[in-house]
Amino acid sequence: MSIRGPRKGENYELSVDLNSEYREKRKDAIKRVIASMTVGKDVSGLFPDVLKNMQTDDLEQKKLVYLYLINYAKTQPELVILAVNTFVKDSDDPNPLVRALAIRTMGCLRAEKIIDYLCDPLQKALRDENPYVRKTAALCVAKLYDLKPELVIENGFLEQLHEMISDSNPMVVANTVAALTDIHSASTANQPSTSSDSSTAFHITTPILNKLLVALNECSEWGRVAILNALGRYQAQDDKESEHICERVVPQFQHINGSVVLAAVKVVMIHLRKVRREELEKQLIRKMAPPLVTLLSSPPEVQWVALRNINLLLQKRPEILSNEMRVFFCKYNDPLYVKVEKLDIMVRLAHERNVDALLSELKEYASEVDVDFVRKSVKAIGQTAVKIEEAAEKCVNVLLDLIATRVSYVVQEAIVVMKDIFRKYPSTYEGVIPTLCANLDELDEPEAKASLIWIIGEYANKIENADDLLTLFVDSFTEEAYPVQLQTLTAVVKLFLKKPDSSQGIVQRVLNTATKDCDSPDVRDRAYIYWRLLSMDPAAAKSVVLSHRPPISIPRTTVAPAVLEELIGEIGSLASVYHKPAETFIGKGRLGADAMQKRAVEEADESQLSTQKALQTVVAGQQSENLLDFGDEPSTDGGGLSGLAATQTMLSQPAAANLIAGTSSNPLDDLVSIFGNVSMQPMSATPTPAPSQAAFGFGQPPSAAPGGAFGGLMTPTVSGSSTSPPTQQQQKPEEDLLGLF
Amino acid sequence: MLSAFFIFNQKGEVLISRLYRTDFKRSIADVFRIQVVSNSDVRSPIITLGSTSFFHVRTNNLYVVAVTKTNANAALVFEFCYRFINISKSYFGKIDEEAIKNNFALVYELIDEICDFGYPQNSEIDTLKSYITTESVVSQGIPAEESSKITTQATGAISWRRPDVKYKKNEAFVDVIETVNLSMSAKGNILRADVDGHILMRAYLSGTPECKFGLNDKLVIDKSQGGGGGDAVELDDCRFHQCVRLNEFDATRTISFIPPDGEFELMKYRSTSNVKLPLRVIPTVTEVGSGQVNYDIIVKANFSNKLAATNVVLRIPTPLNTTSAECKVATGKAKYNPSENVMVWKIPRIQGGQEIVFSAVAALTTSVTTRQVWARPPIDVDFQVLMFTSSGLIVRFLKVFEKSSYQSVKWVRYLTKANGGYQIRF
Repeated sequence: MSIRGPRKGENYELSVDLNSEYREKRKDAIKRVIASMTVGKDVSGLFPDVLKNMQTDDLEQKKLVYLYLINYAKTQPELVILAVNTFVKDSDDPNPLVRALAIRTMGCLRAEKIIDYLCDPLQKALRDENPYVRKTAALCVAKLYDLKPELVIENGFLEQLHEMISDSNPMVVANTVAALTDIHSASTANQPSTSSDSSTAFHITTPILNKLLVALNECSEWGRVAILNALGRYQAQDDKESEHICERVVPQFQHINGSVVLAAVKVVMIHLRKVRREELEKQLIRKMAPPLVTLLSSPPEVQWVALRNINLLLQKRPEILSNEMRVFFCKYNDPLYVKVEKLDIMVRLAHERNVDALLSELKEYASEVDVDFVRKSVKAIGQTAVKIEEAAEKCVNVLLDLIATRVSYVVQEAIVVMKDIFRKYPSTYEGVIPTLCANLDELDEPEAKASLIWIIGEYANKIENADDLLTLFVDSFTEEAYPVQLQTLTAVVKLFLKKPDSSQGIVQRVLNTATKDCDSPDVRDRAYIYWRLLSMDPAAAKSVVLSHRPPISIPRTTVAPAVLEELIGEIGSLASVYHKPAETFIGKGRLGADAMQKRAVEEADESQLSTQKALQTVVAGQQSENLLDFGDEPSTDGGGLSGLAATQTMLSQPAAANLIAGTSSNPLDDLVSIFGNVSMQPMSATPTPAPSQAAFGFGQPPSAAPGGAFGGLMTPTVSGSSTSPPTQQQQKPEEDLLGLF
Repeated sequence: MLSAFFIFNQKGEVLISRLYRTDFKRSIADVFRIQVVSNSDVRSPIITLGSTSFFHVRTNNLYVVAVTKTNANAALVFEFCYRFINISKSYFGKIDEEAIKNNFALVYELIDEICDFGYPQNSEIDTLKSYITTESVVSQGIPAEESSKITTQATGAISWRRPDVKYKKNEAFVDVIETVNLSMSAKGNILRADVDGHILMRAYLSGTPECKFGLNDKLVIDKSQGGGGGDAVELDDCRFHQCVRLNEFDATRTISFIPPDGEFELMKYRSTSNVKLPLRVIPTVTEVGSGQVNYDIIVKANFSNKLAATNVVLRIPTPLNTTSAECKVATGKAKYNPSENVMVWKIPRIQGGQEIVFSAVAALTTSVTTRQVWARPPIDVDFQVLMFTSSGLIVRFLKVFEKSSYQSVKWVRYLTKANGGYQIRF
């Protein structure tokens, strides 16, 4: 009663009521205290008063007092000591509910001083005859480890937990597994290198495996998830054992709880790697499909998690749902995030036989209200065209129908998509160019403009009024966005190389404007390069600017194979939802872009694009991390740099440079988009993203002669691409460029 | 797994906050309020800021939020949120701000019971109700043996049932409820038709009854295994309450179980083949010039004339620039609802085989400022048909075996309904 606030106000009233002689009044006051606590008011001053009400027969009141204690134990550790006696007494109560409650709460108190008193009751609780107490105690060990790992090791609690895996009660087994896994991951996070031989590691041995398989069929749904997780970590000795695990887990596909189904899918996918019998493998994959589809009738959030995982599974095993495309058709009232995910999966499942249904569906979506969804639908049409050659013409017709609607954003997106179709099937659909050009005045988005200009430049010799059209853009050159400027520049040069007689004037003008009046160094540099190229050696210019480009294709995977394999082992988790390795968004032991690149290089024969995608995701993760982290540690990196230094830091993370270059994450507008990518040959051996290409605008000429006019600029780059490590490569061209001017 | 659990109201005020781990501060709640509640354009149910991930589910005027800093199991977190919502509904009759505020002490008690250190624990409603009640319980009131029983049940192999249930009259009610989803193209082609079936059971049976459940003779449960004739009922997939022995089902296709006491969902299934569509809707919508749209809609009831569809509601969209709409109907009532741009046609009852007609004229303003074409959202139909299943599923038998071999009465009901998923484009 010594430290007490003024004798008025809410807290004072509460303290009077807490000390009331009437039981009901006291209980009511406790409730009010909890209510204030919930909304964030500080009621820590009432600690002694609340504590007095702890010794009670009323279980509800006891729980309320405990709740208060949990909340303020950390700030008032010396007062919590007063409660210890009651806890210790409760842990001997004949009522198992009270015993469990005492153990549960003591574990939550998180005050150093009380911890020492916890060990004895916990020791007893772990051996309690009542399974309810035992299962609570099992988790309490994990709580204790979180707070003071030494105590757990000193008291031999870990050994006890290992013994408890053999408990007769499945729920105790499940909680024990959860606790051991928790301890395992906590210890590995703190000391990643030494974890393997430490005593805290949870290695699943064959005897444990058998116990888990038995408990799996009997315990509660959440327990099943914990056990399935542990099964996923088990290293099978041989293919027989893998098959056995799969067969035992498959019945869980029929569980009503979606998380159990996904956890079972995960275990089967992991152990399937070792299954040799092809017929069994097929059977397992077949059994997996219906439960996955059923997840689509869950609430939208669960549906979404399922869809993201189905997307991953399809990247690994495209055959899983090959006949099920229709179930992914969007309902009009699906939430947007579900619709977008369904679109992606529909395109993945498209093949010649179902493409008609898909297209009529996509066309339908393109007339819906939500702009984002409409754009994605139009994009999906383009992806379908690029994916299925037989359907390309139908897709083009659908796109023409959509352009005819004259809805601005539909038209613009359709033009962007048409550009990709041209990149895949060059010179096939030239007939539609006039229709596209007719919409020139409608375009106000840079990407659409840039796409149309690219098309005009590419087919300049086939479009009669190409120079008139391009003149329009040259006139407004300085007002356009940089991507449009870059594109105009390239298109005009293409035009000049194709029709040198009629376009001398326009090329002169655009080079003049671009070098004199433009703010963007990218645009200026590109213009200088073109200018010199054209003036020194027009033949070389032709072979550079008009070189043959490989057609684009839709990658089967959006993540690198190594990452995909890792994510498949994480099905159901947050990582699988984001399609990113967990390290990229979890605080401890973050994985940098360098590490990702190392991983990517190990997989030397991968497709370049998927590697770059992986890098981008990582860097995007890191950037958002830096911007948004509100964690405890202050951000140290990047803050002091500015200007050129900052640019170089960014460039040393290659993918970051891509982000700056405005790279979109869509596989169609890949990486260098329409600007670079002209010639990939010199670089394609190493999975290096190409900011330098973006800057040059046309990559290295395949016939780059080191002694030519640009020799000084080109040589280091070309040699760099074959010998030096990727990071250096990124900086060299940059320095060279600077040296030039 | 979970690091914290919150309930927010619509304004972003914290109603319930329970931190399971200490890896962050209470102020994390403010972050959610700023990033999600006051953000009108939330496009994902999971948001990761820094290394903290927020999972949220909206229900009525509440946000149920789980927070984690680990690579948590996303499916589990959402299933857990929905489980919490179900438990609250069962305890308070509804879940909204008022219910949570009035029962916040109980809510805390519940979330501490169903989740310990972030790991979900027993969440069977029936069991929870045996030891967490709305009236305060004095621990002396429950003798120690009683709570021993409760705890054994809460952790036991049949955690969903008390052993000492007694009824004078042993009864079991089975409700087969099917929700039909239909998406029909403007040309009358079926784009997709499927049935989400739920079999709900209310078991009032004494002792520890062993039940066996049988469906149609010609039931093909794993479609891909082939077999089954043209008229067989094919289920693409089915899922069971945790009381059903999945191993046994996997091996012999028998559904056997010891039911929880009271109401529970025994089984969920999905069927996409031979779906019988109870209502056929044939819309003819013509735009006359730019000022008028004519509607002629025929609804046919495609089922036995002994049955009837009830509570039929058609929601027929009109263009956004509709000024007025005249509806003519012989059956039911039709009304234009300008705020939602739909004409709502309500028919209390349609007898099997009956055919009814709707016609309307919508007048549009001619001063169209936007060039946006009318998106023509689909016509949405809601209805209920008793004693009819779209999949054709029938319950053949429900056998109950118990030590005392008492007689039990079983009742079966069927209901097919559409609820926002029966859509016809035009």
